[in-house]
Amino acid sequence: MMDLLEIILSTGFWAATIRIVSPLIFGTLGELICERAGVLNLGIEGIMTIGAMAGWMWVYQGGDLWGGVIFAATVGGIFGFLHAIFTVHLGLSQHVTGIGITLFGSSLSYFVYRMLLPSATTPPKIVPFQTYKIPYLSDLPVIGEAVFSQTPLTYLALLFVPIVWYMLQRTPVGLAVRMAGENPVAVEAQGINVLAVRTGAVVVGSALMAIGGAFITMSAFDAFFFGMINGRGWICVALVIFASWRPGKAFLGAMLFAGLEAFQVRAQQITGASIIPYQFYLMLPYILSIVAMVFMARKAKYPHALLVPFRRGERV
Amino acid sequence: MPVLQLKNITKRFGSLTANDSIDLSLARGEVLALLGENGAGKTTLMNILFGHYRADEGSIEIDGTPLLPGSTEAAISAGIGMVHQHFTLADNLTVLENITLGTEPLWSWRQNSKAARQKLTQMSNEFGLVVNPDAEVADLSVGERQRVEILKALYRDARVLILDEPTAVLTPQEAYDLFETLRSLTAKGLAIIFISHKLHEILAISNRVAVLRRGAIVGEVKTGNADKSLLAEMMVGEKVTRPTPRSIKHGKAVLKLENVSTKGAATSSNLQSINLTINAHEIVGIAGVSGNGQAELADLLSGLCQHESGSIELLGENLKSISARDMLSRGVGRIPEDRHKSGVVGDMQIWENLISEDLRSKTTSKFGIILDKSKAKKRAEDLIEKYDIRCKGPLAETKLLSGGNIQKLILARALSPNPSFILANQPVRGLDEGAIAYVQTQLLEARDRGVGILLISEDLDELMALSDKIAVMYHGKLSPIFTNGSKTIAEIGLMMAGQESLPEGTLQTAAVEMGGTHAN
Repeated sequence: MMDLLEIILSTGFWAATIRIVSPLIFGTLGELICERAGVLNLGIEGIMTIGAMAGWMWVYQGGDLWGGVIFAATVGGIFGFLHAIFTVHLGLSQHVTGIGITLFGSSLSYFVYRMLLPSATTPPKIVPFQTYKIPYLSDLPVIGEAVFSQTPLTYLALLFVPIVWYMLQRTPVGLAVRMAGENPVAVEAQGINVLAVRTGAVVVGSALMAIGGAFITMSAFDAFFFGMINGRGWICVALVIFASWRPGKAFLGAMLFAGLEAFQVRAQQITGASIIPYQFYLMLPYILSIVAMVFMARKAKYPHALLVPFRRGERV
Repeated sequence: MPVLQLKNITKRFGSLTANDSIDLSLARGEVLALLGENGAGKTTLMNILFGHYRADEGSIEIDGTPLLPGSTEAAISAGIGMVHQHFTLADNLTVLENITLGTEPLWSWRQNSKAARQKLTQMSNEFGLVVNPDAEVADLSVGERQRVEILKALYRDARVLILDEPTAVLTPQEAYDLFETLRSLTAKGLAIIFISHKLHEILAISNRVAVLRRGAIVGEVKTGNADKSLLAEMMVGEKVTRPTPRSIKHGKAVLKLENVSTKGAATSSNLQSINLTINAHEIVGIAGVSGNGQAELADLLSGLCQHESGSIELLGENLKSISARDMLSRGVGRIPEDRHKSGVVGDMQIWENLISEDLRSKTTSKFGIILDKSKAKKRAEDLIEKYDIRCKGPLAETKLLSGGNIQKLILARALSPNPSFILANQPVRGLDEGAIAYVQTQLLEARDRGVGILLISEDLDELMALSDKIAVMYHGKLSPIFTNGSKTIAEIGLMMAGQESLPEGTLQTAAVEMGGTHAN
């Protein structure tokens, strides 16, 4: 018991949590923006994969790191635009399209990877983002090392939480996005182009997801290999529901999941833990997330027009 | 110079001409009523004016300047505001957010909520449209939501306000308040287009009436020179009289509910200790604003849900649990609220829908197992003739029928097994005058034969025209049943709003204004 407590109090645990949470923040915020506009984006898993591949590939081909992030975001945005054409403009099923985008995005990533590196047996490495200690703040006890001694992409993820919240809640364009997810006819009746608002939200959201993917190859690891997104996209979809479509709660939810993840790795290693099969620890974050979600999502105020396509000038 | 001019507007949907070269003009401070039956093209015309649709032909001028077609943005900035029949509000957002959307440039760093709130409050006070700017729309009553819709238009400096069937969802008192508001708005120079098919409202509020029939303007008349029968004739194209009940002594109880409660998801519409008796030779009307438990009551009596507690007695027999099959075999005829969704299967043929409640009957099947198509079709042909269902024959697809003919099909199905009790939920909603008269005549004839009928309707005029007794539903509770005629429209309206007694003041005026008598 004391051992478990020790884990939670250790600086290493918190540093790991912050590291694990970073891609989840990008993905969850991206999904949240799409869904607030009324579009479910199940392409997230594929978009994160292609973001991971694109960012890494950019650097591997000799580009610089930030260029890689921008390139990943651009590719993600293009995939988001593809999703928007099918779901927003043609009004097709958001579920089917999203899964299609995921399959397409993942397969294309592997295809391009193999095209460019036909003979590589071990994944080639790049020099990833390095830890950047923020002056003064990183000298603080515990949080100095846990929060302020991370890579720049983590700082960017943490910054995006208030930025997305502010954009959605405090700016006119955020209001238009929220309204498009609640009642697109109301948006139309106020003289705003619903299709443009939704498309924009999906493109921006998808770009964020792709940055989340890029974090994994450019900050958490230094190489790209198959299956490395490993369901993180689906976790983000669940986290959006957990968060009742609110950025602040999304951050908390992502922290909870990341914390459990960091915890289970450490819990496996303490003495006496081997009585329980290690698979149980692997399961832990998922089980507890589901339990938490059941409680959190019951009173959720979901966007009313989520999944509902809007067709302009159509007779109702 | 007119503030608004429509010239030669034509709009087609496939082979249907929804609007046929329509010319209209509107002056400052004028209320123009657009009268017509459902499907006459009123809403289509207004959707063209507001830029939801683009007309195939014709043009629109505001103050002599042509309006860009097919753009709501252009319509709004030209000063057109529209209060849609189905409100265009986002429930999860606040009143202020709903109103200010689109009033500021999209790309700015912050919303100027303070100025917006100030402007809104000032407008609220000026026009007497009181709402809390920070309330969530989901928490507002229907009347309040309509106020938000009007404020939304006024906030954008509308000079022409379109109201599409604005009273359809209101209690009589709320409608009266709305009319007061509209009068103060026209006094300030606003021009209003008021869409309705309720004649007494049009006579009460408008200066001029334009009548639409099958997409074309068939006449225009100054309200001062019009009366109900003239307008009704213009609207329908012929003289149609609705039937009136003859007095008849009621028989013994057919259906008896005692302390019946249901338990469902929504709290305000669950039935709470309902007491209701319906006798033979009797029509009992249920009044109320929709969503107050009428759907639950109808579901229960159709056998689509169960009651939690209380007892239901049908023809002297206590029903423990209820199923649709049970209710049918016990002689319950059902006319569902949404005839397209739960009344018929549109993709199936007419004969199939006609026998769908009676699949096991020996008359249409062999041994109750194998369908005898020739017998079934024969029976369908008989019913088509008896109930005057206008169609190409029993093999035609049901969805090709008009609303009135679908309702005749449902009537035929419900009435032909000689039921002892009929549940009629909104039986004439959305029908044209001819079909309304037909359905009402059939119901009254059934009553005269000794059937007990429960008539659920949101249209007080209809209830007061047909019912022997009336009860009012509010938040899942049913008022005591009273004899039709013992309460005024104003009193019933108050009960619909959940108030028991009459406050003093404007209500007598309201009663006079809201018609007091039955439409047509």
